[in-house]
Amino acid sequence: MTAVTIVFWIFAAWAVVSALLCITRENPVASALWLVSTMFALAGIFVLLNAEFIAAIQVLVYAGAVMVLFLFVIMLLNVDAVPTEWKRWPGWVLAVGVAGVLVAELVTLRAYSPERLAREVSTMPDSLAIPAYVFPGTIASGPDPRGVVGTLAEPLFQAYLIPFEITSVLLLAAVIGAVVLAKKRL
Amino acid sequence: MLLGPSLALSAVLFALGMLGVLVRRNAIVVFMCVELMLNAVNLALVALSQLHGPSGQLMVFFVMTVAAAEAAVGLAIILAIFRHVQSVDLKQFNLLKG
Repeated sequence: MTAVTIVFWIFAAWAVVSALLCITRENPVASALWLVSTMFALAGIFVLLNAEFIAAIQVLVYAGAVMVLFLFVIMLLNVDAVPTEWKRWPGWVLAVGVAGVLVAELVTLRAYSPERLAREVSTMPDSLAIPAYVFPGTIASGPDPRGVVGTLAEPLFQAYLIPFEITSVLLLAAVIGAVVLAKKRL
Repeated sequence: MLLGPSLALSAVLFALGMLGVLVRRNAIVVFMCVELMLNAVNLALVALSQLHGPSGQLMVFFVMTVAAAEAAVGLAIILAIFRHVQSVDLKQFNLLKG
């Protein structure tokens, strides 16, 4: 077991425990803070997976902006915990069933190695394969000379330029929608 | 490579998020569990981008943008409904029920 693997499992345990606490706390503020803790653990894992830029964005946007929005709304509404917080048994049966299916999926995932996955992707028909100009199709190895942000910026502003511009329209629509919805009188 | 463990962790976090969505009745907590599920999917995308180059991380970038927009609009909707029913209990959210 290398040091990276040990650190990974520490972060993984941290993420799972925080997520469990997040879904079991009665107080929404405690729930939100445990979710922030999960997001920090995930940011750590992103660094281990060579995605430093995503890790930084995760902390800034998710743990920072989005969760502050949640906490702000919780405090604005000033509600006590919902009196009977938990759903009754049909919801539980469904929830445990779905979680069971996901765990079964997890077990089948263990059969995959990176090599097998790469082989299956390389035999996909061309219509399904991801365009070759985005990445060379081989297993990425070693740090890129363009740096952490450069590797992301190049495809973002070339191959994905139109989606990138469309997200700005989406954000504008969301801003206007949020203002209109939250107004006292519609 | 941490691909297998990352995908396993992603599945566990997604299952936990879904469990939260299905068993909680506080609308805001349900919303936070949706964010947890989005985070789990982000983890899977980042893990696979190790194998396939940066397009997975770009997808995460877009997922985060959509999640931020969704959080703003969703919380505004919860705020508007709260004004109507003075509660965030999902049991009370039955305005569209015939």
